[in-house]
Amino acid sequence: MIIRSSDQVPRVTALKRFPVPRNFGVSPESRIEKGKTWSAPSGAARAKSFEIYRYDPDSGDNPRLDTFEVDLDDCGPMVLDALFWIKNKVDSTLTFRRSCREGICGSCAMNMDGTNWLACTRFISDLGMPATIYPLANMRVIKDLVPDLTHVFAQYAMIEPWLQSKTPDPDAERLQSREQRSRLDGYYECILCFCCTSGCPSHWWNGDRFLGPAVLLQAWRWLAESRDDATGDRLDILEDPFRLYRCHTILNCTRTCPKGLNPGKAIAEIKKQMIERQS
Amino acid sequence: MNRKRPRSPLGRALGLGSAKDGIQQWWLERVTALALVPLTIWFAASLVAHIGSDYVIFIAWLRTPIVTILMVLLLTALFYHTALGLQVVIEDYVHSGMKIPTLIGIRFGCFALAVAGIFATLRVAFGG
Repeated sequence: MIIRSSDQVPRVTALKRFPVPRNFGVSPESRIEKGKTWSAPSGAARAKSFEIYRYDPDSGDNPRLDTFEVDLDDCGPMVLDALFWIKNKVDSTLTFRRSCREGICGSCAMNMDGTNWLACTRFISDLGMPATIYPLANMRVIKDLVPDLTHVFAQYAMIEPWLQSKTPDPDAERLQSREQRSRLDGYYECILCFCCTSGCPSHWWNGDRFLGPAVLLQAWRWLAESRDDATGDRLDILEDPFRLYRCHTILNCTRTCPKGLNPGKAIAEIKKQMIERQS
Repeated sequence: MNRKRPRSPLGRALGLGSAKDGIQQWWLERVTALALVPLTIWFAASLVAHIGSDYVIFIAWLRTPIVTILMVLLLTALFYHTALGLQVVIEDYVHSGMKIPTLIGIRFGCFALAVAGIFATLRVAFGG
């Protein structure tokens, strides 16, 4: 079945994690050790365990997996609420990015029960027992759940994600018909949380050169833009065996997009446009 | 990615720039795959149809012009597709100094196998 949106994905999966030993192939300084356990406050009727990845670069210690028991009756329904509960009531050193708490800023992207999603739009009730929370995979970890997004944002800058017109500036707005505008639907909604790029095996193996689904979706957003005149230059930037053609349509991107977008389709559209200008 | 190299993040992302290539490989991989669909079905069906045939009947079948032509097309498409596909696998997973030698080896191997197969087919078709 070709996945078209993350809505289609069943919430129940047979295997929570791929059956390899823990820390398999991980370099010694990155191996995850067992951390502390913080039990639920006394009198908590409904407690749920969260196993959370912790890493403090200043301590010199290996990363560890702390277990927090959260009192669900004292906490909001979302995973981000649970993280706040822990930070406010248990361990104030727990570090994570967050801003809007409503799925539009893309800051709180993390890996929950093996799936990349936004902590603010993932219900605690969707997660297993214990719930496991890790930072986005394949990014250098700055601290706890905060990944270093420098490289992926540099790749984003590389595709020049702004309107480029080769005609003199008009006196009024640049107009666009409803039909032209509708070509951006499904692409303009991307919030650059990089859930997809972090979940892409091609980006794991060749992330230094492959642009990854998030950046390629943005590239298509500008190729599909009727007011932009730089289509040829944009295709020139992308025409590369690694930058674009490392995508092998694995579709983890579409499976994990917390906004329900389809980066796989965007990449297919770019490949179609490449063929169009060749033949 | 070497983080010690004094380069800006954008410089690292830009790397050696666009190769302005890759589309031909991607496209030919799909075209050969398309060609292989009928050719493979034909080849498999022919083999099944020849279960129980003896050597003489099989050779006579291979000598019919249409079969010789289809066999040469199958070998060409098959080894072209194999070479392109293996190249992708190597580029994906091999990041050591063995990458270029392996790519050369794959090209040599696939080309040699294609030539050997085509030669054998023609030898049966035209040989004594």
